[in-house]
Amino acid sequence: MSEAKSNLIQGATGDWEIVIGLEVHAQVISKSKLFSGAATAFGAEPNTQVSLVDSAMPGMLPVINEECVRQAVRTGLGLKAKINRFSVFDRKNYFYADLPQGYQISQYKQPIVGEGEIEIDLPDGSTKKVGIERLHLEQDAGKSIHDQSPSQSFIDLNRSGVALMEIVSRPDIRSAAEAAAYVKKLRSILRYLGSCDGNMQEGSMRADVNVSVRRPGEEFGTRCEIKNMNSIRFMQQAIEYEARRQIEIIEDGGAIDQETRLYDPNRGETRSMRSKEEAHDYRYFPDPDLLPLEFSEEFVEEEKARLPELPDAKKARFMSDWGLSAYDAAILVEEQETAAFYEKVAEGRDPKLAANWMITELFGNLNKAGLDLSESPVDEAKLGGLIDLIADNTISGRIAKDVFAEMFESGKDAATIVEEKGLRQVTDTGAIEELIDSVMASQAEKVAEYRSGKDKLFGFFVGQVMKQSQGKANPAMVNELLKKKLAG
Amino acid sequence: MSELLNLSLTEARDALKAKKITSVELTEAYIGAMEEGKGLNAFITETPEKAREMAKASDAKLAKGEGGAMEGLPIGMKDLFCTKGVLTTAASHILDGFKPEYESTVSQNLWDAGAVMLGKLNLDEFAMGSANITSYYGNVENPWRRSGGGNQKLVPGGSSGGSAAAVSGRLAIAATGTDTGGSIRQPASFCGIVGMKPTYGRCSRWGIVAFASSLDQAGPITRNVQDAALMLGAMAGHDPKDSTSANLAVPDFEAALTGDVRGMKIGIPKEYRMDGMPEEIDALWKRGAEMLKDAGAEIVDISLPHTKYALPTYYIIAPAEASSNLARYDGVRYGLREEGGSLIEMYENTRAAGFGDEVKRRVLIGTYVLSAGYYDAYYLKAQKVRALLKKDFDDAYGQVDAILTPTAPSAAFAIGENQDDPIKMYLNDVFTVPASLAGIPGISVPVGLSEDGLPLGLQLLGKPFDEETVLKVGHVLEQAAGFDAKPAFLAGSK
Repeated sequence: MSEAKSNLIQGATGDWEIVIGLEVHAQVISKSKLFSGAATAFGAEPNTQVSLVDSAMPGMLPVINEECVRQAVRTGLGLKAKINRFSVFDRKNYFYADLPQGYQISQYKQPIVGEGEIEIDLPDGSTKKVGIERLHLEQDAGKSIHDQSPSQSFIDLNRSGVALMEIVSRPDIRSAAEAAAYVKKLRSILRYLGSCDGNMQEGSMRADVNVSVRRPGEEFGTRCEIKNMNSIRFMQQAIEYEARRQIEIIEDGGAIDQETRLYDPNRGETRSMRSKEEAHDYRYFPDPDLLPLEFSEEFVEEEKARLPELPDAKKARFMSDWGLSAYDAAILVEEQETAAFYEKVAEGRDPKLAANWMITELFGNLNKAGLDLSESPVDEAKLGGLIDLIADNTISGRIAKDVFAEMFESGKDAATIVEEKGLRQVTDTGAIEELIDSVMASQAEKVAEYRSGKDKLFGFFVGQVMKQSQGKANPAMVNELLKKKLAG
Repeated sequence: MSELLNLSLTEARDALKAKKITSVELTEAYIGAMEEGKGLNAFITETPEKAREMAKASDAKLAKGEGGAMEGLPIGMKDLFCTKGVLTTAASHILDGFKPEYESTVSQNLWDAGAVMLGKLNLDEFAMGSANITSYYGNVENPWRRSGGGNQKLVPGGSSGGSAAAVSGRLAIAATGTDTGGSIRQPASFCGIVGMKPTYGRCSRWGIVAFASSLDQAGPITRNVQDAALMLGAMAGHDPKDSTSANLAVPDFEAALTGDVRGMKIGIPKEYRMDGMPEEIDALWKRGAEMLKDAGAEIVDISLPHTKYALPTYYIIAPAEASSNLARYDGVRYGLREEGGSLIEMYENTRAAGFGDEVKRRVLIGTYVLSAGYYDAYYLKAQKVRALLKKDFDDAYGQVDAILTPTAPSAAFAIGENQDDPIKMYLNDVFTVPASLAGIPGISVPVGLSEDGLPLGLQLLGKPFDEETVLKVGHVLEQAAGFDAKPAFLAGSK
């Protein structure tokens, strides 16, 4: 209840709740298209990856690509969903210049994957289950290019016929942050499975967002669909804007029109694309060129046996095996590569220390430098080496931060930097005592004050000693020896 | 020359193999026949040069004792099959100038078997019609004339009207057809020749301009049943490029023509005896049954109870699929484009100019029956009835080996007749449509003449993928009927 409460939006007349459902289009990783042998690589010259089928030449027929079916089944399994061993391809009919057939082959009433769920990780470390209604396979359309000529549009059919998985959530999402968490988690699962690269900038993952508002506990309101979001940040902005817009209309006594809207990131607002009345009648019917799609239970079982450890299982294991917090574990398992990196660093070391160093220092520096983990100048072995130096008291945590910065800059390993710069921690009792003596001698007045009861000065002495040692003195030893000496 | 034209497909095959004739001689005879028969308007595109080249190549093979099943035999190709580098029109204005970069599987199979291409044959636009009067390239004329005089021009039937007229008038030794609701069988009946629609899935649909995907099926149009058996064998076969193509071996169809139907059970479906059916059709049907009985078959009365729903069901399903299949003709990538001020206007202009009335009518019907709110009442219901029709046949084949019916409710009619009322035209398919919906094989064999001297065919239907029985019984019927009447126009006869 308290969690739900925190999601409410304050309107002029009371609280409102946002209700969100997402339709994510994920481009299937496959060498060739859903129903033709043409290639699918991104960024090729226009119209160079187009078969006779993709350009809808007369008499051409679609033939299902088995790899796309396999990927859809794997994804369904990753979403803990019901796999439908009998499904049907339908034609969705509409006219557009970049839709050569005049219809898109999709799955309407009988999709390949049924109900499932995704557990999303929220910023406070808690989780929430979001229902999956279905996943179906469909063809992508081509691309219309309108900015090359004042009077003509150009068409690139490279994308025409590429396989997409449309993954439809239940309207279980209640805030922009939850929507973001949902997309991130879905993307993470798809990447683990290798069924979609999740690259939103290249358009290989896009979301249509259904947004409505209601008074808490009441029936669902009328929804608007915001089309084609290809950035999580813009999606969040669009949801926030759209919810506010709807609340204002209702509070002013108006009603929401069911419609399709587009988000303009430059103006930060959504605007109407087409109303319900203008909506297409797609005239769905089973594609007579294709037989119903059927496969065996063994096929499903084989795929199940081949699934990798997925983010949720990994997260649970990181929490139980490595003793990590839910928050840290969730961050570390988001990408398979990150999780693997972490496990190499954590192996044989303090796992929490390893997690902290990755999340705070490594990710912080990578972010600042705009680098991916794969491009990190500090690899698993180097980060592990640094943590080893902390663990065996060669350097303090404070010095370690400087060493890490140097590592990130130069790519050198920690031990080399510590040696070169003479940063080895001073743990020699005699040396530390000498430093203390020298500080006490130069601060005789303060020593007197301390001894007369001004306990608070202890910190001052610690600071002075550390400063004298250029940070290299072992802080615990400094504390212990100082206490003794000051006590006289 | 006329002697060469007198040879049937199988006779010519034998003569070529025996080196009694050459393919070049035979092909030249047909090139001459095409010239002579131009008045029939059977061809949209003639390819004599291509034919000569192919014939020469065939002769080289035959000389070495090589060559395929159709080696050196000059045939016509219905202009619904895409042929590489050769204008392919579907008899529609909208495919203006369209020369495919690919060859349909069926035509490729025929070329691979050695067949020689004479040209592309006229048809109803997008194969929509039963009289070959909807072609953008003009009506096809039936080589037959009524015996009563008057010399009225008759339709050849449709949609494979060009194919039937060409084979009947001897402009081609055989031709391909396609059959969606009767488009091979009905014109064969109208032109006094043999037309066979094999089981749905027997021939690949890849590269055939689609009309109604769940019904379209290619088949041979020939002078006799043995020719049909030969040619079907060359056309058929599994094609991984067509998901609905059956992965079955192609039998030796000619070997099935044993002439022996003793003990076979032939069904006579009572529902095909329709109100208002001409007496002569009924009489012909009875005569056909007698012939098979005399040959030793057992005639069994059967019931196909849902027959009366077949025509309305067909006229929902076929237009529905067509409305979607024809959406690709939009002026964007190939064929006709009529410019407009916007994309929508360009679509409208192109499709308004590019499609004829019958095509437009069916696209409209199809769009309507698939629309939200109508889908369940029309399309879904039609699919349910289709399943019942199929079950009718499944049940019947528990009792009988084949079914005998009339092919069409009348003989060929005059160009201009039946044209005012589309429903009247649609009734031409009443006997052929049920088998199309059920996907089962059927053949039309010429059995007799109408009162005014026009050919009438009977239809034999068989079990799925049992073309062998259909051909065997058809062959016996053909032998018994001894149909040898000749059309008014016969190339090489003057």
